[in-house]
Amino acid sequence: MMEKMIFGRYLPGDSFTHRLDPRSKLLFIFLFIFAVFLANNTVTYAILLGFTLFVIIISRIRFSFLLGGLKPILFLVVFTLLMHLFLTREGPVLFHWKFITIYEEGLRQGIYISLRFFILVLMTTVLTLTTSPISITDGVETLLNPLKRLKLPVHELAMMMSIALRFIPTLMDETDKILKAQLARGSDISSGSVQQRVKAVIPLLVPLFVSAFKRAEDLAVAMEVKGYRGGEGRTRFRKLNWQAGDTAVMIIFGVLCAVLLYLRA
Amino acid sequence: MSFAYAPGTPFEKKALFDINEAVPSGSYTAVIGHTGSGKSTLLLHLNGLLKPTEGTVRVGDTLITSETKGKALRTVRRNVGIVFQFPEHQLFEETVLKDIMFGPLNFGIPEEEAKALALELIELLGLPADVADKSPFELSGGQMRRVAIAGVLAFKPSVLILDEPTAGLDPQGRREIMELFERFHREEGLTTILVTHSMEDAARYADHVIVMHEGHAVLAGPPEDVLTDGTRLEQYRLELPRTVRFQRDIERLIGGPLAERALTEEKLAALIAQRAGEQGDGR
Repeated sequence: MMEKMIFGRYLPGDSFTHRLDPRSKLLFIFLFIFAVFLANNTVTYAILLGFTLFVIIISRIRFSFLLGGLKPILFLVVFTLLMHLFLTREGPVLFHWKFITIYEEGLRQGIYISLRFFILVLMTTVLTLTTSPISITDGVETLLNPLKRLKLPVHELAMMMSIALRFIPTLMDETDKILKAQLARGSDISSGSVQQRVKAVIPLLVPLFVSAFKRAEDLAVAMEVKGYRGGEGRTRFRKLNWQAGDTAVMIIFGVLCAVLLYLRA
Repeated sequence: MSFAYAPGTPFEKKALFDINEAVPSGSYTAVIGHTGSGKSTLLLHLNGLLKPTEGTVRVGDTLITSETKGKALRTVRRNVGIVFQFPEHQLFEETVLKDIMFGPLNFGIPEEEAKALALELIELLGLPADVADKSPFELSGGQMRRVAIAGVLAFKPSVLILDEPTAGLDPQGRREIMELFERFHREEGLTTILVTHSMEDAARYADHVIVMHEGHAVLAGPPEDVLTDGTRLEQYRLELPRTVRFQRDIERLIGGPLAERALTEEKLAALIAQRAGEQGDGR
């Protein structure tokens, strides 16, 4: 059931994007989120969209796969579009039929906002599809390192993050198993009133929590047994390696921002 | 019937290929195979938890195809009970009694009847009587397993599927639970399908055996034939049951075959005793 959902999933590969240092990718995405808000007219949005498509192509991800996997999110995008279309009342009237009136500004805003949202989702999905969870956490940890001075427990945060990421698939599997077991006992989540459906989730959640806590305990014991003492003095098995390509990404990003700033209305 | 996980994505994985097998009604069928041979995937098809990507699955009078949904699946699930691997992970209610009654109530069995049946099952499964009002999470692992099994037996399915029901139990608990299923099979006239790694369990309890290997059903037939075919079993990375191996050793030792193929220890012992008796008479 969940097997089609690709948001937050990693797809092993060997493209240019796959080989980039997670730090440059993270930095890029972080800054890109702000850059998206620079666009405010047709040209700049077209550039953003073109750039996003370019990134997808060099990451060698199939469009059909990407769009298929993002279906649940596409729904949100369309929803945003419709909200703007029907609720914004500015500019000249484009279309009028009974109680439905569509204004020019509504159409424009709707397209822009949903496009913005869609581009952000695409980009972050490309990040997670091309970067293994472990390198993402490594990247986050190194990028946050300066904050150690402020007594922020950076290593522990990164550890928590990697544990959380590591256990998402495990918990998904677990959910799937428990769901099957309860379905086999005649539990029914997909029909009935809202109240009945909420009630039907309990047989799913209770065992899931029980097993999650048990897993957490097991993990804590295993870490203790292996003498885990936190980040102090720990060396790394995976060394991050900043290469020419990473610098290039940063430069390309600078150019993109400059172009957007120049062309925006 | 074929099945693939996540068809049409880069994660697509074919799990079952052209399975074409029948489980005779009322039989005790063992499905054996190496880890990853597709045993568990196969059994999920038998009550519509997975639907075949190609082909059909027929359970009683109901056909399951990739299109089947809703009511038909409910009928199938009502009739087919599955005891999953580590079934104790499905417990969730406040009390053992309520948890056992969960299935029956879902399938529309009246509350009074469900309760009576649950209490009966608690006794049948050898659980202490005061367990009914306890929280299932206070029990020991073995007791939790029994409660979970009771939760499946409680809605009286006519087909019972067991996926490694004894994994992680001690030898005595293993024996007790297997004997229990055997008794249910006989007394309630169930069709039982046991998915297992244990050649011994297959030899002891089953009257029909299906061997799975890399998503194909490669061998099927009565245990006397399938489980004594050493060369083919080895080809599918399976071993002969202990009794069959022991019988081979004995036969080599005495330089001649025994009267029959034995699949259980008792039978083998009887055959050896008989043989010893004949030789005694001959002297």
